[in-house]
Amino acid sequence: MKNYYTKEAMQRFLNPKYFGEMSDATGVGEVGNPRCGDVMKVYIKIDKGKIINASFQTLGCAAAIATSDVICEMVIGKTTKEALSITEQEMIERLEKLPAVKVHCSSLAIEGLKKAIKDHEEKQA
Amino acid sequence: MKNIYFDYAATTPIDENVFKEMSPYLQEKFGNPSSLHFFGQEAVFALDKAREKVATFLGANEREVIFTSSATEANNIALLGLLQGKENPHVITSSIEHKSVLEPLNASKAEITHLPAYKTGIIKVEDILREIKEETTLVSIMYANSEIGTLQPIKEIGEAVKKINEKRKNKIFFHTDAVQAVNYLPCRVDDLGVDMLTISGHKIYGPKGVGALYIREGTKISSIFHGALQERGIRPGTENIAAIVGLGRAIEELKKNNKKRTKELRDKIINTVLSEIPQTKLNGSRENRLANNVNITFKGVEGESVLMALDQEGVAVSTGSACASHSLSPSYALLAIGLSHKDAHGSLRITLGRLTTEKEVDYLLEKLPPIIKKLRKISGK
Ligand code: FES
Repeated sequence: MKNYYTKEAMQRFLNPKYFGEMSDATGVGEVGNPRCGDVMKVYIKIDKGKIINASFQTLGCAAAIATSDVICEMVIGKTTKEALSITEQEMIERLEKLPAVKVHCSSLAIEGLKKAIKDHEEKQA
Repeated sequence: MKNIYFDYAATTPIDENVFKEMSPYLQEKFGNPSSLHFFGQEAVFALDKAREKVATFLGANEREVIFTSSATEANNIALLGLLQGKENPHVITSSIEHKSVLEPLNASKAEITHLPAYKTGIIKVEDILREIKEETTLVSIMYANSEIGTLQPIKEIGEAVKKINEKRKNKIFFHTDAVQAVNYLPCRVDDLGVDMLTISGHKIYGPKGVGALYIREGTKISSIFHGALQERGIRPGTENIAAIVGLGRAIEELKKNNKKRTKELRDKIINTVLSEIPQTKLNGSRENRLANNVNITFKGVEGESVLMALDQEGVAVSTGSACASHSLSPSYALLAIGLSHKDAHGSLRITLGRLTTEKEVDYLLEKLPPIIKKLRKISGK
């Protein structure tokens, strides 16, 4: 049978591990498409240049939720520089595949992360 | 539980008797009605019979019914065929019509007035009266909306247009797209006062790929297709006999629709969702809506994700969210009745049908609240 999303994407969407607000975040990035109402918030906690925790809050489609979860999983343990080099493609690979119209949801996650890191840096300065 | 279908406004399964009646026309009775021999005449007979059934249902003359390949085609023929050759025509329609009405009108050279549908999703007859002018040639208003299920005052419009026509030289024609209405509402054309009316096969437990258009005697429709003389030359092309037979039979089986029961189940869904799930609201009028339509906005969630989570539980619904559309824009009908982009984003359409059981409704009502709760937790809203 053919499904719209891969099993991997569905599993992520149905059982995300990294959602929720983070009270001790050192950086928060909020991005979205205010027109259609998609909103994504990425929280990170950085200690000595390393991301030691990440979480998200997403109001969006299944792909947006799944990619939010993926990005959080991917950045934990990475330096900010490493985190910033994560590509859409790498994220999508973890879901095996995304429908073409859904690729933009993964770029939303990357943007969210960038903003969160920037927020952290500005707060340090 | 097996997969449960709550998307009857999108399409319906073919009724058993419809299927049985169509089947021979795919194989043994394969003749072309244009042929003079036995095989052809067998097809002519089937075609006539189907036309008779549709005409009877509409209270019309058989000559006034033509078969098309879809309701979209029927709408195109009705609108463009009527407008063709008219000088500076003016058309009144609504902002919540189906694309197959809005787009042909946009493609025509006519001046178009789109009437508001207000919060209720229902247009006002007085708005039509106010917009009518010398050049007005056509009024096209759908009988029932496919997304929000709201019913339009077709009979009242028909009466009003008729009155105006008595006092003017150039007649105003009145077309209605009745695709979603046929299952539950009376469709006798004289009672409604319409000059043209569109029907679809697959929304009424008939096959896909067939529609019908009623054209009142004396309504001049120019051919927008060119070919041989099938369907009086208005819709040339060899008739899809099996599908037409199916449509005819589907009309006969309409009595199987249990409107009262469907309404009860619909109301059970509306009442339960609105009372048990906070931050929800029904879209479109509660009173004047199709017996099988529920359209609800859930704040703080996005519709595609709700659809996918329900799909995982074996429940099929639909949404007006931008995230579920190929164009990434929300349902224009929801926006037209005043929903914000955000509220359209969280909308869900649940449509019931002949095969819907109370058990299925209960299953939906059991699965839906925890999904909304979880997605709200994820969104933090
Ligand atoms: S969040 Fe709107 S399409 Fe993914």
